[in-house]
Amino acid sequence: MNAELYWDAASETLAVADKRALQLDRLRALINRVAEVPFYRVWLQRHDVAAERIRSLDDLRRLPLTTKDDLRRHHPFGFLAVPRSQLARIHGSSGTTGTPTFVAYTKNDLTTWAELCARFLVAGGLQPEHTVQIAFGYGLFTGGFGLHYGVERVGAAVIPAAAGNTRRQLTIMRDLAPEVLICTPSYALTIADGAREIGMDPRTLPIRWAHFGGEPWTEDLRIEIEHQLDIMAFNNYGLSEVIGPGVSGECPERSGMHIQDDHFLVECLDPDTLEPVPEGSPGELVMTTLTREAMPLIRYRTRDIACLYSDPCPCGRTGIRMSRVSGRSDDMLIIRGVNVFPSQIEEALLRVEGATAHYLIEVDRPGIRDELTVKVELHRELFSDRMDRMQALRDQISHEIQTTTGIRAQVELVEPRTIERSVGKAKRVIDRRTGAG
Amino acid sequence: MKLQQLSLFLENRPGRLDAPLEAIAAAGINILTLSLADTAQFGILRLIVRDWDRARQVLEDGGWIVNLTEVIAVDVEDRPGGLAEVLKVLDQAGVNIEYMYAFSSHRPGKAMLIFRFEDPDQAVAVLRQHDLRIVDGDELHAEDH
Repeated sequence: MNAELYWDAASETLAVADKRALQLDRLRALINRVAEVPFYRVWLQRHDVAAERIRSLDDLRRLPLTTKDDLRRHHPFGFLAVPRSQLARIHGSSGTTGTPTFVAYTKNDLTTWAELCARFLVAGGLQPEHTVQIAFGYGLFTGGFGLHYGVERVGAAVIPAAAGNTRRQLTIMRDLAPEVLICTPSYALTIADGAREIGMDPRTLPIRWAHFGGEPWTEDLRIEIEHQLDIMAFNNYGLSEVIGPGVSGECPERSGMHIQDDHFLVECLDPDTLEPVPEGSPGELVMTTLTREAMPLIRYRTRDIACLYSDPCPCGRTGIRMSRVSGRSDDMLIIRGVNVFPSQIEEALLRVEGATAHYLIEVDRPGIRDELTVKVELHRELFSDRMDRMQALRDQISHEIQTTTGIRAQVELVEPRTIERSVGKAKRVIDRRTGAG
Repeated sequence: MKLQQLSLFLENRPGRLDAPLEAIAAAGINILTLSLADTAQFGILRLIVRDWDRARQVLEDGGWIVNLTEVIAVDVEDRPGGLAEVLKVLDQAGVNIEYMYAFSSHRPGKAMLIFRFEDPDQAVAVLRQHDLRIVDGDELHAEDH
């Protein structure tokens, strides 16, 4: 066993039976810790569940599910299992400004988080002598800081380039020659485009491999990025509510992302019946945070649809593997890496006086960038014979959407009765991106 | 004095202009003049017809959004500088024009300007003061044979 292939070989290759024993111990400890959280305490008391009554991992299914709505209802600190004085950092769910959800960390949580990121970074080949350029947003979004401390944990050098300013990213790459790039997959293509625009061949950039996350992508896109930049591309997965990036990541086999299941218990459920789906079938991932201190979650519904595989991986890691995320079990859209719910667009439209109840959200990816178009049916109260007023109306709608979602949308005013009326639940979203899923 | 102008909202895509014009034609209503303001995505069609109330009904029944606006028609000499003289008068009096369009009249040597003013009453006063001729509805539609 080559120790350089692993960051924490003992944990990452822990025998399945030993891991199950560890998971059970940690699950029991978790039950004790969540008794500090009113939401869970009430439930545990009502159902007469205590740690000592958890006899096997199958008992997990007797525990309640936790949803994003539960987190919102107890915003901002209702899910804290430690006193506020013990908090070391607070992040927020990415992008959305409508109803934010905050995620709190203790010092130990931050250490765990860095460890988990270090695991998949080392699986990709990271060593202390390397330099990593992080082109993720730094801020409430967990991507930038999560990976930053992961790289530092490994002992490699970080360039916190942050998101955007492609020309500067290229200058940094050319001058500082980092071996590793961390960003969203779509931003990697923007970088390749940016290089060509200034007459550089993106294949000559010093980047040798990259870790991508933050948005769904496809195997076709991986092939495209690897070809355009002449790199190896690795996938990783995480969500802020659970911890951020580091929940799972690919090994050199790149046949699924190893879930760090000594820290997260994962289930794959039918989103309607909430019964487990057979292994290898798509279902909603449900996560239990075994080691989180500040905000432990029991059976959190991620709404991400993926498949699980538990057959042994040639890399030696015993963490169960998950497929790419192929969709959502709710209506959340990820547009240019930002989470957008159709309800936020509706909320924005309602702030425009007299705005219509009829709208349609269209998402396209004509080139490499997601484009959001919102079609709004015009009606009498909104119509003016003056062009300046009509343009002001369109600008106002656009502004409200950007304020609510953080995303710039193309607003199209359309004639009455041109948006299809459906029987029952209105179809509000058309997602034409082939790369999504 | 003031004329009723119909405005319609249209998406800017092929065929969108035909439909309302055909609906009006089918109802036997003649269009005296029209103007179209457009952007890449949508347009506003403005129409002057004699029987505006019936035209509005026809269009609304067809599903269009119709806006009714008071505009003012002004007679000008159909010669170089004819329009410029009227605009100069309005400008000097500080009258705000939202938009305007012109068409040549059946009467030789005359053209007609249609104005949408921010304050139509102020505009009428200024035009009268300078002996500019405002065309009323009956007279205008007398051209509509």
